[in-house]
Amino acid sequence: MTAMTMIEAIRDAHMVAMESDDRVVVFGEDVGYFGGVFRCTQGLQERFGDHRCFDSPISEAGIVGAAVGMAAYGLRPCVEIQFADYVYPAYDQIVSEAARVRHRSAGDFSAPIVVRMPTGGGIFGGQTHSQSPEALFTHVSGLKTVVVSNPHDAKGLLIAAIEDDDPVVFLEPKRVYNGPFDGHHDRPIVPWSKHPLGDVPDGHYSIEIGKARVHREGSDLTVLAYGTLVHVAQAAAEEQGIDAEVIDLRTLVPLDVDAIVESVEKTGRCLVVHEATLTSGFGAELCAVVQERCLFHLEAPIRRVCGWDTPYPHAHEWSYFPGPDRVGRAMRELLST
Amino acid sequence: MELSTDVLTDMHRRMVRIRLFEEAAGKLAEAAKLPGFLHLYVGQEAVASGVCTALTDQDQITSTHRGHGHLVAKGGEFKPMMAELMGKATGYNKGKGGSMHISNLDVGMLGANGIVGAGAPIAVGAGFGNKLKGNGNVAAAFFGDGSTNIGAFHEAANMACALKLPVLFICENNEYGEFTARDKTMAITDIVDRAAGYGMPGVIVDGMDVVAIHEATIEAKNRAVRGEGPSLIEAKTYRFYNHHGVQNLGLKYRTDDEVAEWKQRDPIFTFEDRMIDAGTATRDDFDGVWAELRADIDEAIQFAEDSPVPDVDQLLVDVYTEMPAGATS
Repeated sequence: MTAMTMIEAIRDAHMVAMESDDRVVVFGEDVGYFGGVFRCTQGLQERFGDHRCFDSPISEAGIVGAAVGMAAYGLRPCVEIQFADYVYPAYDQIVSEAARVRHRSAGDFSAPIVVRMPTGGGIFGGQTHSQSPEALFTHVSGLKTVVVSNPHDAKGLLIAAIEDDDPVVFLEPKRVYNGPFDGHHDRPIVPWSKHPLGDVPDGHYSIEIGKARVHREGSDLTVLAYGTLVHVAQAAAEEQGIDAEVIDLRTLVPLDVDAIVESVEKTGRCLVVHEATLTSGFGAELCAVVQERCLFHLEAPIRRVCGWDTPYPHAHEWSYFPGPDRVGRAMRELLST
Repeated sequence: MELSTDVLTDMHRRMVRIRLFEEAAGKLAEAAKLPGFLHLYVGQEAVASGVCTALTDQDQITSTHRGHGHLVAKGGEFKPMMAELMGKATGYNKGKGGSMHISNLDVGMLGANGIVGAGAPIAVGAGFGNKLKGNGNVAAAFFGDGSTNIGAFHEAANMACALKLPVLFICENNEYGEFTARDKTMAITDIVDRAAGYGMPGVIVDGMDVVAIHEATIEAKNRAVRGEGPSLIEAKTYRFYNHHGVQNLGLKYRTDDEVAEWKQRDPIFTFEDRMIDAGTATRDDFDGVWAELRADIDEAIQFAEDSPVPDVDQLLVDVYTEMPAGATS
């Protein structure tokens, strides 16, 4: 075990994957010589050469499209979209090509690629550097969607994503790159070195895609969360003195329905939280699953706490962000229903 | 072309206004008084100023993530700009845009943009509107060398040329797309080589020479107004600060010598020297301009700091014409 930030864990996952499989190539904007704007690919070009880790032009559609072609002929590209907000020009390649080539070629070829992107807000990025677009990917059949919340999982899941035979969208909430941010933006940053999930296994290891993790055991209610909101939900539970069970979904597609059902059947109450806007967010899918599978165990209507239905704001970022106060209030209300 | 003293003075003033605004913003960011991302335009002032002195208030521009300079040059006022950067209610966009998304239609500035390449197609649309209305206005798209690698640029250039629209493509080639040198991401040295592929003329100008940029813009504008379609102007320039912020992670991706060399060609100081040598202005004249505008910027900072933050209700205003019922959390 080594204590790492999530950035270091992601970097280490690249190192391990590139070391163990010479088909793995890494590219994107500023990822080669510079090492990435968030430093997730630092040192890869020096170690593996500029034929395996290189700088792409500012061309998101080109990056993903090229990855599809590489993957079709046996390579394992892991590409970085510098901010999730920049992915839209590549959306066509992700949806119409990466996700679909396996089906339309009847399995003749496929696109085992990883598209990594920093996601979410909390860094004053305004509307084009703060979005959480996970639902745009979970809606697309043929894609897997992973959202990580800590260094330990980030390494294991990234290695699993690179080794996966299907295209994986890998979302890294940038606000937890350097510590388990719990939504208290006015308090000092807690570093990963002071958190058990900052301990990362050395060498090769992977975490199965499609398995949730019980982040905090509890009996009062179930919180379904992923990414930064896992830490927010934990803080809210502790501040409210509520024995909430916080489930870190880790992968949205495939979804660990069994883990969700098991927890909700136990607690009888369910709160769904995410940073992305409410309407048609992934939370809606979670509500549907819980309703279909756990209705007769529910003692109260399912609640959602999400971003407001507005473009990510410049002013009032913290009023938009579903922090521990809003999440905690919803927990109290859910318990009194 | 012989430029009048008024035009030369105007160019100088716009460049100094940009420099002072950007230096002030940089200091505020370093003092943690300015939230968010900051991409400073220092070093490139001649481009925005040379272009915008050739445009009217009715002509439109689209901008980039490095957009403050374009707005200042187009006539943006210090106070609402500084307030916008600080996310205050008195900002041009009531604090909703911030540095990367600031805009003001009164001066024909359709927006800075956090997405590389996104502005160029929007300028094509503005140009189409001008043509349809027959108003004689032109739309100028400012963009960097790196953005010419993205699909949106290609689509914009092709469409504007196919439709012979009154559009000016102004490429500010500062040799780096963020932290990556141009030669790592394209096989050509001059962006202007791309112009022929769309069927428009292209010209390279010294991006540190405001007069050269102004003259090239006048020519391109005249061509556009005559109905002959777009032109591409490539201004060879340089940003003195980092991609974003002032120090920016402290990581090296270009040499100190290279930065120092370009600073020798400072667009404002070289212009002042030329004007003094030509007897068009004196050092005292220039000192007066700097002093006057410094006072303006201090006043703008005070104004922005004293301004209120927007009401929190504003989060849900301007999302739609009217917010639909039920769309909250």
